[in-house]
Amino acid sequence: MTTSLLSAQNLSVRFGGVLAVNNVSFDVREGEVFTLIGPNGAGKTTVFNLISRIYTPTAGTIDYAGPGGMLRLTDQPPHKIASLGIARTFQNIELFEHATVLHNLLVGHHTHSGGNLLSHMLYTRSVRQAEIAAREEVERVIDFLDLQHHRDSYVAGLPYGVRKVVELARALCTRPKLLLLDEPSSGLNVEETDDMAFWIQDIKNELGITVLMVEHDMSLVSKVSDRVLAMNQGEVLAMGTPREVQTDPGVIEAYLGSVDDMSSLRREAA
Amino acid sequence: MRFIFKTDYDQDIRLAKHGGHVFWYGLLCLLLVAAPVLLSEYLLAQLTFILIYGIVGLGLMLLAGFTGLFSIGHAAFLGVGAYTQAVFTGMGVPFPVALALAGLLSAAVGVVVGLPALRVKGIYLGIATLSFGFIVEEVFARWESVTGGNAGKSVGQVNIFGWVADSGTSFYFVCLVVTVICTLACINLLRSATGRAFVAIRDSEISAQSMGIHLAYYKTLSFALSAALAGIGGALYAHQIRFLSPDQFNIIQSIDLLLMVVIGGLGSIHGAFLGAIFLIGLPQAISAVKDFLPEAIAQAPGLKAVIYGAVLIGFVLFEPMGLYGRWLKIRTYLQLFPFYRKGMFKRQKSFQKSDRLK
Repeated sequence: MTTSLLSAQNLSVRFGGVLAVNNVSFDVREGEVFTLIGPNGAGKTTVFNLISRIYTPTAGTIDYAGPGGMLRLTDQPPHKIASLGIARTFQNIELFEHATVLHNLLVGHHTHSGGNLLSHMLYTRSVRQAEIAAREEVERVIDFLDLQHHRDSYVAGLPYGVRKVVELARALCTRPKLLLLDEPSSGLNVEETDDMAFWIQDIKNELGITVLMVEHDMSLVSKVSDRVLAMNQGEVLAMGTPREVQTDPGVIEAYLGSVDDMSSLRREAA
Repeated sequence: MRFIFKTDYDQDIRLAKHGGHVFWYGLLCLLLVAAPVLLSEYLLAQLTFILIYGIVGLGLMLLAGFTGLFSIGHAAFLGVGAYTQAVFTGMGVPFPVALALAGLLSAAVGVVVGLPALRVKGIYLGIATLSFGFIVEEVFARWESVTGGNAGKSVGQVNIFGWVADSGTSFYFVCLVVTVICTLACINLLRSATGRAFVAIRDSEISAQSMGIHLAYYKTLSFALSAALAGIGGALYAHQIRFLSPDQFNIIQSIDLLLMVVIGGLGSIHGAFLGAIFLIGLPQAISAVKDFLPEAIAQAPGLKAVIYGAVLIGFVLFEPMGLYGRWLKIRTYLQLFPFYRKGMFKRQKSFQKSDRLK
């Protein structure tokens, strides 16, 4: 068995009276694609926001195999997450609208750009060299995701499908070990979804990045995922290979309802 | 139409992107250096004011245009810089040292004012900075032992280790040098990681944070830099106007400053200076046409305020990108002639943003 990169133990989040996540535990192993599925409101995005420290769990812990050994992720401040090697995308695209694609990707490179305020103001030789190095690195990501054409365009003018790719690119520019993708295929057409599936596989196989994603499109899920975790109402329903989870009676019930529910709808014979 | 064929990353980051930039900015520099010869003493004083307000505008542009934080109390920083300069030069401190102190003290005050910005946004931040402006104005009026209170305080001439800028021309060159240094520092900052972090915070705080940008640090930094530039502008203002009183740094001044960056064009360095030209130029233009207007209108009180208000409304409605945005359109029209289309700069409908995390 490979080592686990991220380990969530007994996570719970309560927003007032709503228990959004209830006692969820899972391990993400190094080098796999791990997918969270579940109906709307199941708590998938909340789990994401816990990992990227936008929310703090009411109970439970998240451990992460960081650069200096295992550490407690839930004790880290939000802006430290990126430098630990965790990058994310957002369900409803959160790009920097009034900036170029290149600028967006360079922001992704932020944690690796050195220099202090004074050197930035003077634009010293070392800052200049760091800027060029950053561009070379960003260019590799642009090349990887075929974004050359949009390099200097403003995000505000780009179509939805391209924005989705730019967001993925920006996450890759942080040099992640763990990539969190929140519904990578939402809003994409069939062809773009296929591209996305290839890229996710490439990210895993060529770049060696572990992927944790939330996804609804089951064909994409079964194509790329190694393991799947199904959630409903904030609780874990099932975990296993895509096939195992898809045939799990509890999962089918959560999506389609049970036989009992159906019988109550059936019309009485006159 | 100019096509820039990039073969080197250096082309991405150098200041002059192509020969046109070198030519036009070179010409601008020449004209600015030759200004004392070309302009009358009165117009040169106005140009000095434009440079001073340009520096303050740079500061506010950094804050409002690039970091997305509004301040309706920026005259307070201008005042802090001006009084600091007045007090220190009065004590015999040489001009460059006093100027640095004015910038630093304003920056320190800016850090304090920036603290609420970590918690409140939008209109609430506006109210917080507005009330700060009132407090500072009151301090200027009451702290008589230092500021001279409502009786005012006079300011000496610029004295740089024995060299005294005693004429309008020599002070103009002092302002020009300071302006160029401040502008270059701002441009350098904006093409470095710090500037990108500012823009990231402006456009989406949540993803800026996910990219590893420390929101509290960069917001405070933006406030501090903005206040420092306003303070430096204030210090020059003190020498230019030679007499300070608290009512020069009231709410009207703050609104003028905000008006300057909005009309100049938020989110561009050019905008700060175009706004300053507008702010200084409009009263001149009004007094120039006053003679041709009917008596009832020309002598009406508040004529200037009405015109300012109307222009601001006009810009917000028809040209939200300000004077610089208008210039971009004209330039594109000329470059693409005859292929310019009306809808070219039309804003695309932005896709729904996530409301969940705000």
